[in-house]
Amino acid sequence: MADSDVIILDQAGIDRALTRIAHEILEHNKGIEDLAIVGIRTGGDYLAALLQRKISQIEGVDVPLGAIDITLYRDDIGTRSDLKVGKTDILFPVTGKKVVLVDDVLFTGRTIRAAMDAVIDLGRPECIQLAILLDRGHREFPIRPDYIGRNLPTSREEEVEVDFDDNLQPTQVRLIKNG
Amino acid sequence: MKILIQNGRMIDPANGIDKVQDLLIEEGVIAKVGEKMTAKGAEVIDASGKIVTPGLIDTHVHLRDPGQEYKEDIVSGTRAAAAGGFTSLICMPNTKPVIDNRCVVEYIIRKANEEGSANVFPCGNISAGSKGEVLTEMHDLADAGCVGFSDDGLPVISGEIMLRALEYARPIGKPIVVHAEDLSLTGDGVMNAGVVSTELGLKGIPWVAEDAMVARDIMLAEFTDSQVHICHISTKGAVEAVRQAKARGVKVTTEVTPHHFTLTEEAVRGYDTHAKMSPPLRTAEDVAAMKAGLADGTIDGIATDHAPHHPDEKNVEFSIAYNGIIGLETALPLTLKLVEEGALTLNQAVAALTSQPAKAFGLDRGTLAAGAVADVTVIDPELEWTVDAEALQSKSVNTPFNGWTMKGAAVYTLRSGQVTWKRQ
Amino acid sequence: MAFNHDHILDMKQFSAEDITTILDTADSFKEISQREIKKVPALRGKTVVNLFFEASTRTRTSFEVAAKRLSADGLNIAASTSAVVKGETLEDTAQNILAMKPNIIVMRHGHSGAPHYLAERLEGVSILNAGDGCHEHPSQALLDMMTIREKLGGFEGLKVTIIGDIAHSRVARSNLIGLKTMGAEVRLAGPGTMVPREFEQLGAKVHHKIEDAIDGSDVVMMLRIQRERQGKTLIPSTREFARYYGLNPVKLKLAKPNALVMHPGPMNRGVEISSSVADGEQNVILEQVENGVAVRMALLYLVSGADGSIDG
Repeated sequence: MADSDVIILDQAGIDRALTRIAHEILEHNKGIEDLAIVGIRTGGDYLAALLQRKISQIEGVDVPLGAIDITLYRDDIGTRSDLKVGKTDILFPVTGKKVVLVDDVLFTGRTIRAAMDAVIDLGRPECIQLAILLDRGHREFPIRPDYIGRNLPTSREEEVEVDFDDNLQPTQVRLIKNG
Repeated sequence: MKILIQNGRMIDPANGIDKVQDLLIEEGVIAKVGEKMTAKGAEVIDASGKIVTPGLIDTHVHLRDPGQEYKEDIVSGTRAAAAGGFTSLICMPNTKPVIDNRCVVEYIIRKANEEGSANVFPCGNISAGSKGEVLTEMHDLADAGCVGFSDDGLPVISGEIMLRALEYARPIGKPIVVHAEDLSLTGDGVMNAGVVSTELGLKGIPWVAEDAMVARDIMLAEFTDSQVHICHISTKGAVEAVRQAKARGVKVTTEVTPHHFTLTEEAVRGYDTHAKMSPPLRTAEDVAAMKAGLADGTIDGIATDHAPHHPDEKNVEFSIAYNGIIGLETALPLTLKLVEEGALTLNQAVAALTSQPAKAFGLDRGTLAAGAVADVTVIDPELEWTVDAEALQSKSVNTPFNGWTMKGAAVYTLRSGQVTWKRQ
Repeated sequence: MAFNHDHILDMKQFSAEDITTILDTADSFKEISQREIKKVPALRGKTVVNLFFEASTRTRTSFEVAAKRLSADGLNIAASTSAVVKGETLEDTAQNILAMKPNIIVMRHGHSGAPHYLAERLEGVSILNAGDGCHEHPSQALLDMMTIREKLGGFEGLKVTIIGDIAHSRVARSNLIGLKTMGAEVRLAGPGTMVPREFEQLGAKVHHKIEDAIDGSDVVMMLRIQRERQGKTLIPSTREFARYYGLNPVKLKLAKPNALVMHPGPMNRGVEISSSVADGEQNVILEQVENGVAVRMALLYLVSGADGSIDG
C-alpha cells in the first residue's frame, strides 16, 4: 500500500455498510420471498456471500446465492486478449426471482450492463436490483444502484480498490491517487 | 580470336596441375599453358586472385526441353549453367517426348549448340517410352550423341530389364545410369522416414528403398561386368555399398547433389516444399557419409539434379508438391563450402566438378591440357553474394537456398573459347 | 493471462501454461452448455468458417455447436482436395473464403501441414486445425486432456496408454505431445506396422504387447481401426487385431482399478474395443464428446481474443 492511498472504509465500516444494505434489501422487498443474491466475479461474489449470510442471520433462512462471470458479455471483448473467462455458478432458476446483483465498486456501469445481459440469458427474473459497496461516479450508461454502501466522488484518474484477505473477507476500501 | 587468361591459380586435376600460370586459347582450343605468357592481339582476362579450372561438368540436370518449357528450356537452362560456372551438362531423358529416339537427341544437341550457353550431352532412355519393358536403340542413340542411358525418375523395377540393359550397353561403352529406388518401399512417402517424418505426420521413404536398389544394381553391374552410374546417392548405406563394390573392381560410379551434402531432413520442418526432393533429404549422419564419400573418392562427382518447377507446382500442400529444386547456380559455392569446412581439398572439389565426372561418362572434357576444347571456368573463391531466386538465370525459382549468403562464384565461363558468362 | 497464439495449428506450439489456460477456460465454458439458453454473446459479429476437406460429422458438428453457443456466425464449406496444377489450389480456395472476411477458419485437411501452409499465407484470419493428415488434431487432444483432468485431477505422473494405428493417427500425436508437456507418461501400443520405433525418440514408451502397455495405466485410449484407410498391408485381419490388440475386460483388469477408457469415436465394437468395455462403467466416451464442445468454445474464444492485438 502506497503512502498516498486513502482508506475510505475499514473492516468495521464495510461490515456496518453491508449490514445496513441487508436490512434495506429486506425492507425494500418486504422479506425474502423470491429473493436471490448474485455476485459479480470477482469481488462482488465475495460480498454477495457476506450479504446472504447477514440476511439469513436476520431472517433465519438462506436465500439462493449465485456468482456470475461477465467476461463473455463485455463490450470490449474481441479487442482484448487478456480476459480470463470465469465460471458462472447460478444453481437455481432465475425466472421469477428478484435478483439482487452485488458488486464492489460502481464506476462506468458497463460491468452492470453486461451482468444484466448475463442474468437475462439464464431466464426472466421478476426484477433486477443493484447493490454496491462503493459508488465512485463517472457513469457512462444510465445505471443507478438501489443499495449503496458509500458514495465517493473521485476523479477519473483515481482508482478504488477493495482488498480481501485469504478467507475472501473484505478488509478495506482504498482510494489510489494516480499521477 | 585469342584469349589469354593471366595470373590465375590453375587447378587442373586431370593433369595434376595446381599452380599460378597463364592459359592461351586460340580458335576455341587450349593452345598453350605456361608462365608469364604474352600473346599479341589476344583479349586478356586478368585472373589474379582467381582460380582457373576446366569448365565445370554437371552429370545430372533436367532441362525440361522438349515439352515443359514453362519450367525451363535449353536456352535458359544452359544460361543458368554458365552463370554457375558449368560448360557441360548431361540432361536426363524425362522430357516430353522422352529421349528414346535419335530425333529428340538431335534436337537437343542442335538447340544447345545454336542457342545455348553450354554443351548438352543427352542421356538417352534405357527403355522405349521409359516404360521399363523394351530396350531403346542404344547404338543409334549413342551414335546420335547420348553419353549414357537412364529411365531417370522412374527406376527400372524389373531385374531382367536392368540386366539386359547392362549387357546391351557394355559393348557400346556407355554407362547405365540409375535412379536407384525400390518404389514398392517408397510407396506414397514424401520425405525421409525417421523422427522428423513421424513428428510431422508425413509419410516416410525409408533409406532401405535406396540401399536395396543400389545393392541390386551394383550386383547386376558386377554380374554383367558393365558400368552402372548411381545417380544422386543420398544414404550412408548406399555410399558404403559403392565403396565396397569399387574395392572389388565393380564398374560403378556415382554422384551426389549439393543439397544432399548440405541439408538434412530438418529442412522439411514448416512443410517447406523447397525441401521436397527425390531422393529425400536425409539425416546428419547421411550428410557426413556424403562428405566422406567425396573425400575418399567413393563418390566420383557432384551433380546438381537441377529440377526446375513452376511455382504452382511448389506452392501447394507438401504431400502433393513436385520433387526437386534448381541447383546450377548454387552448386559451386556449396561445393567450396566443403573446402572451407575442411571436408575436401580444393583440388578434390575441382576434380569432383570436372575431371571425375568427365571420366565417369567418357567425356573429352574436364581438362586444361593443350589441344583440349577450351571449356574454362574462372572462379572467384572469395566473392560473397546473396541468393535471390528471382534474380537467377533459371526460369524457375524453386530453391531452398533463397536468401543464403554464398561465398565463391564463377566470374568467367568459357565454352570452346567463347565467353558464355561474365559476372557483372 | 497471456495466450499469444494467432493460430492453433498443433500441440507443439503450447506450453504447459497455455494448456492450463485452455483447459481452465473450457471448464468455465462447460457450464454454458448446461444452461437452458445455451448461448453467450462472446463472439457476436464474428464469422467462423468450417472448411472441411475431409468428411467429418463429429468434429465439424462439435465446432459448429461451439461457435453457435458463442453467438458467432458460422458457415460450413465442404471442399475437395485438388490435384497439383489442376483447378483451384488450396490457397485459391482459402483466398476466396477470405474475401468473405471470416475471423476464424476451422480447417480439416487430408494433407499434413495444410493448416500451416494457410496460416503462413493468409492475413487477418486465425486458422484452427481440426485435423491435418497424419499430423495433429489439437482440439481432440485437448478434449481428451480436459476429460482426464476432470476425472483424475491432473496429469503429473499419470500413465496414459494409447493403442491402435499410432503411425497414422493425428489424435495419438497430439495427445502424446500435450500429455508429455503436462508431465504424464505416454505409452503407445499396437502391432509393429502401426507403432514405429521413432516414437521412442519423441518421448513415448513403445509396446507391442498391449498387456505390458496397459499394466498399471490410469487411462487406456483406443484408436479407431480404419479398415478402409489402412489397406491390407498393416494388419492381416480385424479378427487377429481384435484378439491380440483389442481391449476387452480381461486386459482392462491390468490397468488401475478405476482407469478411464477413452475413444475418439466412432468405435468399431468387436474390433479395437469389445462391447462390454464400450458399455462399461469405466468408459468416458460421452464425457469426451461433451467436453469437446467446451474445449472448442475455449479455443475459438482464446484465438479470437488474440486476433489482431498480439505482437509476436
